[in-house]
Amino acid sequence: MDSSNLQQPGIFAGLLAIIRRDLLLAWKRPGDVLNPLFFFAMVCTLFPLAVGPSAEQLTFSGPGVLWVAALLSTLLSLNSLFMSDYEDGSLDQMLVSPQPLPVLALGKTIAHWLISGFPLVLISPLLAMTYRMPSAVMGILMLTLLLGTISLSLLGSIGAALTVGLHRGTALLSLLILPLAMPILLLGANTVSLAAANDVYGTGIWALGAYAIASISLAPYATAAALRISNE
Amino acid sequence: MWKFFHQMASPPYFYRLAATLIPWFAIPGLILIAYGAYAGLFLVSMDYQQGDAFRIIYVHVPSAYLSMMAYMMMAVGGGIGLIWRLKLAHAVGAAAAPLGAAFTFLALVTGSIWGRPMWGTWWEWGDPRLTSELILLFLYFGYMALRSSIDDTAKADKASAVLALVGVVNVVIVHFSVEWWSSLHQGQTVFKKGTMDADMRIPLFAMLIGFSFVFGAMLLRRLRTEVLFRERRTRWVRELVLSPEGGK
Repeated sequence: MDSSNLQQPGIFAGLLAIIRRDLLLAWKRPGDVLNPLFFFAMVCTLFPLAVGPSAEQLTFSGPGVLWVAALLSTLLSLNSLFMSDYEDGSLDQMLVSPQPLPVLALGKTIAHWLISGFPLVLISPLLAMTYRMPSAVMGILMLTLLLGTISLSLLGSIGAALTVGLHRGTALLSLLILPLAMPILLLGANTVSLAAANDVYGTGIWALGAYAIASISLAPYATAAALRISNE
Repeated sequence: MWKFFHQMASPPYFYRLAATLIPWFAIPGLILIAYGAYAGLFLVSMDYQQGDAFRIIYVHVPSAYLSMMAYMMMAVGGGIGLIWRLKLAHAVGAAAAPLGAAFTFLALVTGSIWGRPMWGTWWEWGDPRLTSELILLFLYFGYMALRSSIDDTAKADKASAVLALVGVVNVVIVHFSVEWWSSLHQGQTVFKKGTMDADMRIPLFAMLIGFSFVFGAMLLRRLRTEVLFRERRTRWVRELVLSPEGGK
């Protein structure tokens, strides 16, 4: 067989195809997209109910609460990242496909971020407003969440790949990912707090950006290795 | 050179070698700990600032050191296991994890007891080392949880090796981010790194080396059981168990 006759799509075409496929799947089942967002909004609602509605306290705790809620909501949606593909056998097809597995894993993670992380960034100012965050700080909040959720999705994809097909997947995934995600939470929330206090906040943004770039370049390889291990 | 590694990696050979090595680790280790504990508790004079409370460093510092060493061993063992497919290297990770978690816990408890007279509180979030150590403990829990939830040993080995390698990159990031974070909040709890007197330092070194030796002995002991369990279906284990010495 002459392999040059086969039309072999390039890496970029493969990446786009898998993103398009996952977005289409999410479009057909909007509940999967909306549930983590509702969860995010509800966790943000719980805190004022628990600690009281005083404006001073809300301004003080706002950045932290929003960030913890974003972290938990991302974690909630990560469990299903490879689940349905594992159950219906599409994952096996990805493993044997001629496309490099890290690229496919990156594509799936980008789609996951577009579905879960990006909408969360978009609605965050609405919730920040209820915490009386000054509008000047909201841009910083959105920027840190943008960079942070990218890293969280990529980091989480490693955990999701390691736990795919395990019975106690959800609790285990949280146990694996939460300690790894702590630096992101710490950088994100504190940067917003610094910005709210009119302090110098540049360090945190650069560090979050560095983290995001490092995870884009490294995490897909770990995810691919983990997927191969989980499916052997 | 390669022959040596192949021989080392052969489970029956290692099983016997470990048995002969254990006393060589355990006895010097225990002697050093006995000396270090005696000297640290009775011979060293009181610290002019911290009084007798500082004496807990003779347990705290070696535990904290071993908590990080054990994690490094897990990651290096996992890396070697993934690259050269050495089963024994994976067994090192499996054997080191509970020990590492135990020393991390010990470091946290002693740090907290030390913190009580120093800071007036059992726990101080502002201290970066205490916080990183707590995150390290959670990393150990995650590693052990992943290991125990995969039934197939070969699969559990590889999956946890990937986790340990991802984690070891993160430990560095945790360290620096926590340091940055605590520098934002306050400074008064962080000890100034003063110079230590020689007669204070020598018992500490004795404890550090002694703890490491005892850790080595415990690790070898756990590795022997681990090897035995992993090889339970092979002939040499059956012959060993049925032999007159009964698995010595």
